[in-house]
This record gives sequence, structure tokens and C-alpha cells, in this order.
Amino acid sequence: MLRVTDVSVSLGGRRVLDRVSFSIRPGEFCGLIGSNGAGKTTLLRVILGLIAPSGGRIEVAGGTRSRRNPQIGYVPQKIALDSDMPLRARDLVGLGLDGNRFGFSLPSATRRIAVDEILEAVGATEFAEARIGNLSGGEQQRVMIAQALISRPKLLLLDEPLANLDIRSAAEVVELLARIAAEQGIAILLSAHDMNPLLPVMDRVVYLADGRAASGTTEQVVRTDTLSRLYGHHVEVIHVQGRVLVVSGAEHQAHHGHDPSPREP
Amino acid sequence: MLGAASWSPLFEPGFFSSEPVHVALAVGAIAAIVSGIVGVFTVIRGQSFAGHALSDIGTAGGSAAFLVGASTLYGFVAFNVVAAAVMELIGIRKPRGRDLATGIVLGASLGLAALFLYEGTISSSTTGATVNVLFGSIFTLPPGITTVIAVLGAASVALIAVLYRPLLLSSVSYELAAARGVPVRLVGAGYLLALALAVSMSAVTIGAILSTALLIGPAAIALRLAIRTGVAIFLAAAVGVFACWAGTLIAYDSTVWAGGNGWPVSFCIVAVIFVLYFASGVVARLRADRRRTTTGEQPAVTTPVEVG
Repeated sequence: MLRVTDVSVSLGGRRVLDRVSFSIRPGEFCGLIGSNGAGKTTLLRVILGLIAPSGGRIEVAGGTRSRRNPQIGYVPQKIALDSDMPLRARDLVGLGLDGNRFGFSLPSATRRIAVDEILEAVGATEFAEARIGNLSGGEQQRVMIAQALISRPKLLLLDEPLANLDIRSAAEVVELLARIAAEQGIAILLSAHDMNPLLPVMDRVVYLADGRAASGTTEQVVRTDTLSRLYGHHVEVIHVQGRVLVVSGAEHQAHHGHDPSPREP
Repeated sequence: MLGAASWSPLFEPGFFSSEPVHVALAVGAIAAIVSGIVGVFTVIRGQSFAGHALSDIGTAGGSAAFLVGASTLYGFVAFNVVAAAVMELIGIRKPRGRDLATGIVLGASLGLAALFLYEGTISSSTTGATVNVLFGSIFTLPPGITTVIAVLGAASVALIAVLYRPLLLSSVSYELAAARGVPVRLVGAGYLLALALAVSMSAVTIGAILSTALLIGPAAIALRLAIRTGVAIFLAAAVGVFACWAGTLIAYDSTVWAGGNGWPVSFCIVAVIFVLYFASGVVARLRADRRRTTTGEQPAVTTPVEVG
């Protein structure tokens, strides 16, 4: 569904992504994990066609990527949904359907049914008529997901949708996305700085550090040796009560002289 | 006039037969409708500062036009459109870049305005230029100007109608709109042109430095009450027209109450807007309270509960 091959991006002379490769199959739930500044948003922007890569290629649903690709649904990180935004939840979803077209939309039964269906699918029927700015963070994310799904994409990109959500809302959003991926065969690429809420549902993980990526199943990637190689210094992957912690420390570096990373002094 | 006698306590004699009043009502209504429509987008895009900057920049244009003996409207339009183009070129995409660009253009044009107003005051030996440009000239407009204003108004409303959906989408998220293939830069520039025209029209009505009041005030009132964009736009235009007409009437009537020297129209219009803004806050609050009691919803634990 999505194949990223050796993609590099330089912004302002700085190499933000360095030969990133991974692929996602239909119906797979893939986590894009990395700390702030690791290049997560840049990678999503490249896939969307908003930034041209300096090298490598990207294929979405068999074709090379292009702007305004209806195969891709997108939930951006920054959305201006202040309480004075004069939009109901259903209006925002409607913009997902035809917000890119000029002029204004006339009310139509087909449009209304399409919006109702998708609101139902994400469990947002209850607050369909409410002002978007008055909804909670979790409710707003549901509406944003509906907005992205209404154009029937094959690939859904979400940029930090769990940031600023409480644990329960985050779990609900993850559960909803996993169900959508499984039921509709949509490939999902979701960026997050914390992988723990995604652990139960993640089929694959793309782990970004300093613009380089390691990808595979969680078991393959989230391991002390793989992540140490990625970071270029020793990091420890610790499992505590079903949670995963990635810990790095200078004292570990000196201690583990056998680290295979070429960057190790 | 039918019913004129019964209305006489409200409408002072001559209100409906006065030619300047006719022009004032027509120009005020057009300016208010355009400002209301454009203003809703100005508020939701967080570009009130750009709107205010354009009105200040228009001051230079209006005073230049006054100096060469042309109608201030043409000066406002010329300077605002050029300023909007410059603001777009310098880069208004990032909020920070937007503020810097606006600030630079603003400083330069206020300097020009100071020069032109000074020259205008010297040459005409009155303070007419200053008052006219800064605080509006709605009662002294030539009758022919109504047609020009109507054409400009129709142009900017048409522009907003064409850009409607992409403009709304890019107001929610610039990134999302860009990803959906919206030419975000072009849409932003088109909106800025509509804003420049709206500000010019309201500058003629209530003066350059008060024109933001007509742009932001009715829109802010509408956004407190409406939850749909279309309704908010309609409401903002209606509130603007009401404020303009009520303000014009008060200004006209005040010549009688105040014994010859009436209050300036711009003051009366802005005062009406302010009162309506206050009232809309009360209405929005009452509505929120009623919704809470009818749904039995409790105030969230994290928000402080007000007593009384």
C-alpha cells in the first residue's frame, strides 16, 4: 500500500531524513515512533507530497506519489478548532469530502448520508450537531478521523493524534483506528512519541532517530541491539509491567564496549 | 411618507428626504455587508491584525487622494490592494512572518499618512483632511460613489463565494488544505484582496482608523451566536447593516438633541457595535447556562464553578 525506498530529505542544509525505507501493507497498523525533531512530521509531509525528497522514491497504492492524492487521508497535528470556529462536527467532515473544491456546497441528500455514515462509523453521531470547538480532544480527533476517511482513502496518515489526549481517550482513538484498519483494509501510519498506547494494535513500527529509520515488527525493532545501532550509541529497552521504556545514558556507553555501531567512539 | 407622523419621535424631520442620508444608508449597508462577510474569515483565520494594518495603511492612500483632490475611496482602494500584495509577497504564510511583514508595511505607510495629512492641512488651511480620512465622510460623499462602492462590494463578495470551501478548510488547517491539493497561497492572496476591498469600503464609511470596528465587531458578535459558517456570515452582515443604519440615524437625530452640532456618525456606529457585542456575550452565556440545565450536564470538574 505504501512503499518508501531510500528517502532522504534536506531542509535548510540539514539532513532531516537519511535513506529511510519501509513499507506498509493494506490493513496494517503502523506506528511511526520517534522523539520530537526525529523527522516524523517531515516523513508524513513527504508522503503527502508537500515536500519533495532529495532522494529515493515513494509509492502509494502502486503509483508514485503526487499532490492531492485521494488515496491518502490525513489528520494533521495542528488544527485551529477554537471555540469561535463556526463549524459543527458534521460541517468539518463535509469539508473532508469536498473542501478542496471552489465555491460553496449546496445541501444534498447524498452528501448528508455520506457524512452521517462516516460519523456513525467513528462513533461521533452523538455530537454531530455540536460546535467543533466545544468538543473534547478525543471527540475532536474522532471528527478529524471521519473527515479523513470520508474520501475513502487506502492509506491514512495521522500526525501525533494522541498528543494532548488523556489515557482513556487515547486508548479509545487507538481502538477505533485498529478497527478501521482491520474492517476496511486501510493502511494506517500514525506518528507518536510514545509507543506504549499503540503496543496492543501495532502490526509494524517505523522507529526514527536523527532522521534514520529502523522498521519491522515491534519484536524486531524495539530491542536493545537494533535501537542502539539506530541511535549510534547504547540504549536499553526495558519492559516494565507491559510497558516499554527506551533508556539511554552516558554511563551505559562506556560500559558496553561491544556495541556494533560505527559511530561509537 | 407613510407613517412618518407616528415614527416622528424616532426619526427627526428630513431623515428620509435628505440626499446625503440616502447615500450614507446605501454606502453604509454595502460596506457593512462586505465587511461582515469578509470579517468572519478574518476572525477565524486570526488575521485581525492584518485587517487593522490595512486600515492604517489606507490612511496614507486616503490622505494622498484628498491631497490631489480625488475621492478618498480611490486612495483607500489603491493603497490597500498594493499593501495586501506586498504583505503577501514578503510572506504572510507563517504567523510570525505575517506579523513582521505587516508591521514593516504598516510603519512605512503611517509615516506617509503623517506627511500627506500635514500637507493637506497646510494647503486647505483646515483640519478637514484629517477628520475626513481618519473618521470617515459618510455624509459628504458624492452621490455617484454609490455605484462604485456597489461594484467593488459585489467583486469582493464574489471572490469570497468562489474561495468559500478552500478558504474555510485552510482556516481550519493550512497543512490539511495543502495536502488536499488546495492552492493555499493563491487562496490566501485572493482572500487578502477581498479584505483590502472590504477595509477600503468601511474606511469611507466610518474612517480609516475605525474601519476595523466594522470588520471585526459584527463578525465577533456573529461568531458568539452562530455555530455554522453560513449563518455566522449572514448574521455578521445583518448586524453590520443594523449598526450602520442605527448609527446613521442616531447621528442625524443628535443634531437636534445636541443643538446643531451632532455626534460623528463613526462614533455612533461604533457605539452601536460595542453595545451589541456586550449584549451578544450575555445571550451566549444565557444559552450556555440553559443548555447545561436542560441536559443536566454538570460543569467540568477542572473548570472553576462560578457562584451567583
